[in-house]
Amino acid sequence: MITLLEARNISKRFGGLTALSDVSLTIRKGEVYGLIGPNGAGKTTFFNVLTGAYVPEEGEIVFNGTELPTGKPHEVVASGIARTFQNIRLFRELTALENVMAGHHIRSRANPFSILLQTKHAREEERLITERAFELLRYVGIERFADTVSKNLSYGDQRRLEIARALATEPQLLALDEPAAGMNATETGKLRELVQTIRHDGVTVLLIEHDVKLVMGLCDRLAVLDFGRKIAEDVPAEVQKSEAVIAAYLGGHGTHKAGATA
Amino acid sequence: MNELANAIPWLGKRNPAAARWVVIALALAAPLIAMLFGKTWVRILDFALLYVMLAIGLNLVVGFAGLLDLGYIAFYAVGAYTFAFLASPHFELHLPFWLVLPLGAVFAALAGIILGLPTLRLRGDYLAIVTLGFGEIVRIFMNNLNHPVNITNGPQGINMIDPLVLFGWDISRPIRIGEEITINSLFLYYYVFLAFVVLSIILVQRLQISRVGRAWAAIREDELAAKAIGINTRNMKLLAFSLGATFGGVAGGLFAAFQGFVSPESFSLMESIAVLTMVVFGGMGNLAGVVVGALVLTALPEILRHVAVPVQQAVFNQVLLDPEVLRMLLLSLAMIFMMLLRPAGLIPAHSRYSRPELVVGGVAGEAGK
Repeated sequence: MITLLEARNISKRFGGLTALSDVSLTIRKGEVYGLIGPNGAGKTTFFNVLTGAYVPEEGEIVFNGTELPTGKPHEVVASGIARTFQNIRLFRELTALENVMAGHHIRSRANPFSILLQTKHAREEERLITERAFELLRYVGIERFADTVSKNLSYGDQRRLEIARALATEPQLLALDEPAAGMNATETGKLRELVQTIRHDGVTVLLIEHDVKLVMGLCDRLAVLDFGRKIAEDVPAEVQKSEAVIAAYLGGHGTHKAGATA
Repeated sequence: MNELANAIPWLGKRNPAAARWVVIALALAAPLIAMLFGKTWVRILDFALLYVMLAIGLNLVVGFAGLLDLGYIAFYAVGAYTFAFLASPHFELHLPFWLVLPLGAVFAALAGIILGLPTLRLRGDYLAIVTLGFGEIVRIFMNNLNHPVNITNGPQGINMIDPLVLFGWDISRPIRIGEEITINSLFLYYYVFLAFVVLSIILVQRLQISRVGRAWAAIREDELAAKAIGINTRNMKLLAFSLGATFGGVAGGLFAAFQGFVSPESFSLMESIAVLTMVVFGGMGNLAGVVVGALVLTALPEILRHVAVPVQQAVFNQVLLDPEVLRMLLLSLAMIFMMLLRPAGLIPAHSRYSRPELVVGGVAGEAGK
């Protein structure tokens, strides 16, 4: 298996609080990689470091053999990592189609001059963007809502739209931050299918999730964070047996009592 | 072309083609109609078109990119003063208009970047305050740069600015056809300004439905999410500021040539607010709305001014309220009623890709939030 992403000794502190301490993990090309842990374990912090929103105090992330820039989200996207948000962040007043079209920004090139002059290239590119955005809406199954203002979509559809928008940036790694949060069983089931389709189509998926059942069923490998440290990294079956993980989730063995509610 | 029909929504919805022709006919015939009431009205129309250009430029910053700018008139000033410096006896320079106007646009764009750079991290109220300060700084500079070296001629302003000369033809001189008919220069200015307005609309519309326009909309809606899909928000904001300023700069140049005189007084905070009011009144983010807003808010006060005095005299036999006071009062009332009844403006912004027949469901009722 080829390594797609390698995080090396990442540490991130906020004042006196150490949110991540010496976290290293490796994501292989083509897998669904899970990142779980109790509340406050540092999952979202890791996510924000990975996507360039935070600058870590120590460590580096190597993606596709090159070091990722820190603190520059748009460059991270350009190098092939796309993300969604735990609390959905769509462009609420834009239609579903426009949301996805906006996602194509980084993969299109028309500049203000070619736009003002409406050069052949600019017009052709605009047509392609519209076409591809429609395709992506179809891909996630919400093409009939193409012209619906996105804030009016149902919760599950908003999640799907956010995934479509992320896919529009043509990522190699799609990072989903708790995509099943707030979903009912049917919606979660559909989400599972969608993630499997995405992986099948060659995009590696990083999944942060609270829904342990979903993670266990979906991920090839997963890492467990607790109090900013990685306490396990393995296939789901092995992780489930790990005593450290059981302790972290159930509060047994008493090293860390807080944060036991998953 | 759709924007034309949108300018009169009630007709535009039923018969876009008819609405389009009505708008074109009105635009072309407006000065002739205005002439029936006197030359002053043609002059007001000319000014209205300059305000339309300003509103279009400001709408790009405020309506598209969501960056509240309270000092927009500064770019108008930069354009106007550039024209005054380079085409008047003040520095004994008389460069041709086709060189001066673009230079004014470039300087205004640079001023836009100068304003944009330090304010990149600011949003909403904070940005508004800084831009307000910027507008005032520019005006105060114009007011005080007359010593030790006289650059702007201070509060007296710069006089005798060259008129527009298109292809060797001075449009400030009336054209005489035969002995009876003379075409006043006010008309010529009107059509020149109209051409600029039409060009502005076309250009801005192209920007709006492009990857740049979508990036602006993304920043307006959610800056963090915009970054997360790879939009370089810094560059896109600077682009919005500088392109918006460009329109202000061009309008400023035209204003200087038309008026023949510029002074800092023309670029006060009230002017910035007036232009912003036009954008908000018309419908932020909607080109047709903004154009209509600018026209209505330029014409309405003038109409009031001309009507108020005779009406009061007829009713009370004397003028109780100064038309200027009345104007501010009624304008404020208009704004208040507008915000209560149509908070999104006269013609609200709508989605560019809206095709109602495609919308199957997914309406608010089933939304989870």
